[in-house]
Amino acid sequence: MPEKKIRVLIAKPGLDGHDRGAKVIARALRDAGMEVIYTGLRQTPEMIASAAVQEDVDVIGLSILSGAHNTICPQLMNLLRDKGMTDVTVLVGGIIPEADIPPLKKAGIAEIFLPGTSTQDIIDFVRKRVTH
Amino acid sequence: MSEESKGTTQTAPPADTPSAHRKPSAKEQAWEKNTLQPTLEKNPERQAEFTTISGYPIRRLYTQADLPNWDPDRELGFPGEPPYTRGIHSTMHRGRLWTMRQFAGFGAAEDTNQRFRYLLAQGQTGLSTAFDLPTLMGYDSDHALSEGEVGKCGVAISSLADMEVLFDKIPLANVTTSMTINSPAAVIWAMYLAVAEKQGADWKKLAGTLQNDILKEYIAQKEYIYPPEPSMRLVIDTFEFGVKNTPKFNPISISGYHIREAGSTAIQELAFTLRDGLEYVEWGMRRGLDLDQFVPQLSFFFNAHSDFFEEIAKYRAARRIWHKAMVERYGSKNPRAWALRFHTQTAGCSLTAQQPYNNVVRTALQALAAVLGGTQSLHTNSLDEAWALPTEFAATIALRTQQIIAHETGVTNTVDPLGGSYFVETLTNEVERGAWEYIERIDAMGGMVAAIERSYPQREIAEASYRYQMALDKKEKIMVGVNDFVSEEKPLDTLQIDESVAHRQAERLSKLRAARSKEEVTRRLNALRTAAEGKDNLMPFIFDAVKSYATLGEICDAMRDVFGTYEEVAIT
Repeated sequence: MPEKKIRVLIAKPGLDGHDRGAKVIARALRDAGMEVIYTGLRQTPEMIASAAVQEDVDVIGLSILSGAHNTICPQLMNLLRDKGMTDVTVLVGGIIPEADIPPLKKAGIAEIFLPGTSTQDIIDFVRKRVTH
Repeated sequence: MSEESKGTTQTAPPADTPSAHRKPSAKEQAWEKNTLQPTLEKNPERQAEFTTISGYPIRRLYTQADLPNWDPDRELGFPGEPPYTRGIHSTMHRGRLWTMRQFAGFGAAEDTNQRFRYLLAQGQTGLSTAFDLPTLMGYDSDHALSEGEVGKCGVAISSLADMEVLFDKIPLANVTTSMTINSPAAVIWAMYLAVAEKQGADWKKLAGTLQNDILKEYIAQKEYIYPPEPSMRLVIDTFEFGVKNTPKFNPISISGYHIREAGSTAIQELAFTLRDGLEYVEWGMRRGLDLDQFVPQLSFFFNAHSDFFEEIAKYRAARRIWHKAMVERYGSKNPRAWALRFHTQTAGCSLTAQQPYNNVVRTALQALAAVLGGTQSLHTNSLDEAWALPTEFAATIALRTQQIIAHETGVTNTVDPLGGSYFVETLTNEVERGAWEYIERIDAMGGMVAAIERSYPQREIAEASYRYQMALDKKEKIMVGVNDFVSEEKPLDTLQIDESVAHRQAERLSKLRAARSKEEVTRRLNALRTAAEGKDNLMPFIFDAVKSYATLGEICDAMRDVFGTYEEVAIT
């Protein structure tokens, strides 16, 4: 068992308001014993990066369903690099076309979870990835 | 920022269902003893408990014992008559089929105009417009927050000039159009009316529907701009304007669809939607509008999810509740205000990214439930919509699905074919009862706006959606191809919207801003701002601003200046 709780920021970037997935994941990770901070809706990459620094999180989970991932993800990764947050694990959940997955991973996204992923798979991935 | 989950919310259904008090007949008891019990001893059932997709318990068998005081004259009536359980028209789909109304919108106005004309050529009978996220949030395509979102989830409309292209060569006098727009609904509607005027169409004959349901935005879809109070004022402004100017246009489509997509149960979808409807009625009456004049223009929009009978019961119960509320709660004298008319869309959240061709089957069954439930219009989702907006190929199959139900299955040959089924009637009663309990709870909170402000419906939905996800994770509920019957498959060809749409839009906007009269735009926006500070109906001011080619963003900003913006308390 890890000594310290894993800290996760769940963020909903872009203009989309469909937050069902973000809320379910936030609660599942919390029920799995993690410390979860949910940003609420319509966060810009700047807001997410600042919150990540402030809350000193191990993981950022982005929920994106609107097709804006190719714009948002690289912007966020650059901001995190600028802020020196190079060891944070960034995950994306949502509707991401298969063709976009390799470039997102190249930009530094650790994993992309598509519709239908079980919450247990995400919990397991986070635990494996973040070892205190 | 976040709030610890409370785990204390009360959720329907109540434990005390009428089934607990049923008194089976002597014959039923004998059947249980002589036939059922020996079978169960030899072959136990597959599960200890059977429930609907909403988690509502379902009995093994329904008989007359489940309907002890059931009076068909009172509970069912006849089609086209109160309480409308069997449908709002006497001949239902024998007289006229439902409107096949496929939701479409992507890219720039010219892209969607082309899709509209294609769908009409394929036999579609009404239009339905999807707008992109910047438009839904009242931002122009060239706003900083629009980056990456232009034309992606719908069509980008930033000004009357875009609207003119969207409906080019589509005669608005003859085609009914539905527009899925909420917070900026008054602005988009003004653009539509301006295009109709330019085409020479008589406003009095214009038919169509504006979604304009801001309450469900706070509850579920979350595309709001202003706080509840001024948002409700705008909605009632459109009611008032509509009664006078566009008597055949539905100024609102009170929507359960998004509530269900956010993870609610069927009972929650029904209850929150109808309570939203009552809220609009009460705000309209407080404005001084005549109930019997404006309520007939209100329409509804429900989800068609996968649990076949639960959905049918939901539509039947909806009509019964609305009739009862209009007559008993408000003393309505106009039968046209009693009959609940609704559009249906099959459940987007039931579609799977895995094995996407299975979605054709899901959609067909959901559409069948909507038809058997007496829908007035229907959108069937396309097989590729767990991945992207539909391709023309996928959208065509979705439309053909409706045509097959209408013309091949024979389900339209008679009115309410399931009426009188012990199961369907019992479930209709129970769904209705569950919805009334929620409605009364929200009444006790002081109405829906008050309930929203304390996050009540939001929390109930989040609770239900989490429960369902846990049931999927534990395989208590099965999604074929997702948590069972999994197989490898080839990826689909999907529709992709690239950033060229955003560039085209930005160019068009800068040309528009250069060509129009700057003074006129400023004057009309100032007039709108001043009116917003007072109490006048804002529709004429918005219409004036639209006609000067003020943009959507500019008009929404003028109102942002006065009304401020809304931020919800995020619950998880």
